Amino acid sequence: MLDFLKPPVAAIQDFFGLAGLALRNVFRAPHYTDDIALQMDIIGVGSLPIVILTGFFSGLVITMQMSRALAQYGATGQVGQIVAITLARELGPVLTALLVAGRNASGIASELGSMKVTEQIDAMRALGTDPIQKLVTPRMIATAVMLPLLTIIADFVGLCGGFIIASLTLNQSASEYWTSAYQALEYNDIVQGLLKPFVFAFVISLVGCFYGLRTSGGTQGVGRATTEAVVVASVWIFVITSLLTRIFVNLT
Amino acid sequence: MPAPQSDSPAASLLRMESVTVSFDDLVALQPLSFEMQAGDTRVVLGAAGSGKTTLLKAALGLVKASRGRVYLFGQDITDLGERAMYDIRSRVGVLFQEGGLFDSITVAENVAYPLVNSKRLHLPPAEVDHRVEDALRFVELEHTLEKYPGELSGGMRRRVGIARAVVTEPPLVLYDSPTAGLDPITANTIMALIVRERDSQNTANLIVTQRYQDGQVMANFRYNRSSGQLEPISPNGSAANHGSNPRPTVFMVMKEGGVVFEGSQAELEASTDSYVSKFVPKHS
Repeated sequence: MLDFLKPPVAAIQDFFGLAGLALRNVFRAPHYTDDIALQMDIIGVGSLPIVILTGFFSGLVITMQMSRALAQYGATGQVGQIVAITLARELGPVLTALLVAGRNASGIASELGSMKVTEQIDAMRALGTDPIQKLVTPRMIATAVMLPLLTIIADFVGLCGGFIIASLTLNQSASEYWTSAYQALEYNDIVQGLLKPFVFAFVISLVGCFYGLRTSGGTQGVGRATTEAVVVASVWIFVITSLLTRIFVNLT
Repeated sequence: MPAPQSDSPAASLLRMESVTVSFDDLVALQPLSFEMQAGDTRVVLGAAGSGKTTLLKAALGLVKASRGRVYLFGQDITDLGERAMYDIRSRVGVLFQEGGLFDSITVAENVAYPLVNSKRLHLPPAEVDHRVEDALRFVELEHTLEKYPGELSGGMRRRVGIARAVVTEPPLVLYDSPTAGLDPITANTIMALIVRERDSQNTANLIVTQRYQDGQVMANFRYNRSSGQLEPISPNGSAANHGSNPRPTVFMVMKEGGVVFEGSQAELEASTDSYVSKFVPKHS
């Protein structure tokens, strides 16, 4: 029984060890600013098209579904409000995080995994640089900065998608839709809408790095590490969003 | 360069005292001791999985010794933290099995890496460029500066790896299977480079290999600085030889994590052990 539990417990311990070292390195020299900028470009700018596309269509779809449901109560005027709240609180952060997890947790895991199996990580240590400082911390900082920004963009584009449906099928005017959307949002929504992606960013980057750095067994191992990173990061995104939502619902 | 801390004779570059490495239940390295001083050459022969690479990694502290002590430049690194080790590691040159080059940056950036990222050296960019070019010229690859490692052949990657290992002019260089997977001609070029590096900089070399010929080249040839050629070492040091002969090469044969032979080339060739003699080609 205990032997059965040992590997997962050891893995969790290793993960938090890595997370601790990566966080500590934020405050320690040397800072690899070039690497941070490069990762921001890959993770942030690189994810922009897919995030805009998904954000737009999710806004579109919510509005279509909601306008039908709201029509039963004659409350289609509320559609902007519903789209704004669902996007800002839940769908914006979670969808963006899932996309970035699929795109970048896998990218990070496969890149670091390939480096591990071709001895580049060992070479880095042998040449006197800390792989956590050089590889993990820049990815973590870049994701923590870019994911909230991507989420804001996804939220906004989603609202725009909602507006297109609202104006085409519900004949709402721009001021009607946007006022309803704007007035629905409270500080609480904004805070949780930005806190969630910030927390998800650590999950995505650290899970990607963790599975990448513990890759073993050649090319096949890289594939396995990539898959595990995406699956584990996605699961944790759902678990964490449930916990955070629970906390914020209680706060209001 | 800071003076080595002396809790052992000053000239000792690498000393391993009954070092054991085990991963969980698997013993990767059985108790093993040796010492290397400036100008020493040590060739470690062994089949795949015999613990050769583990030996190199233990020498650098990349793998922690489970028992025994490892000294680099006279300093005990066995229980040193990872961060404290970076500085001392950066004074050792390493060539990894497949070169270990960073494939996301260019050849020039690879070779510059140890210069740029060492806390010990603070070189102006012009000096870095100059040293990188020198190191690449040494391995005759000065035309590949802007290429990426993926665009080079296996032999060229190995040569870039050597350039990166020696660019900081380390007193000790570790080579992990420098000729593995190369054709005999390229392998000979690589070995000639290693001999040339050893004799022009007087570095100590620890070479891990499956090929007896590699050790044979290290033991019997030296680089003549005035002629720029490799020449056989004459036993009595003839007048034509400028400079002294390198110190005699020590051979070590490993089997399943343990050392089964240690001695000179003559002793190796005379060995009757069936495993040891497998590495030595039989002369008619």
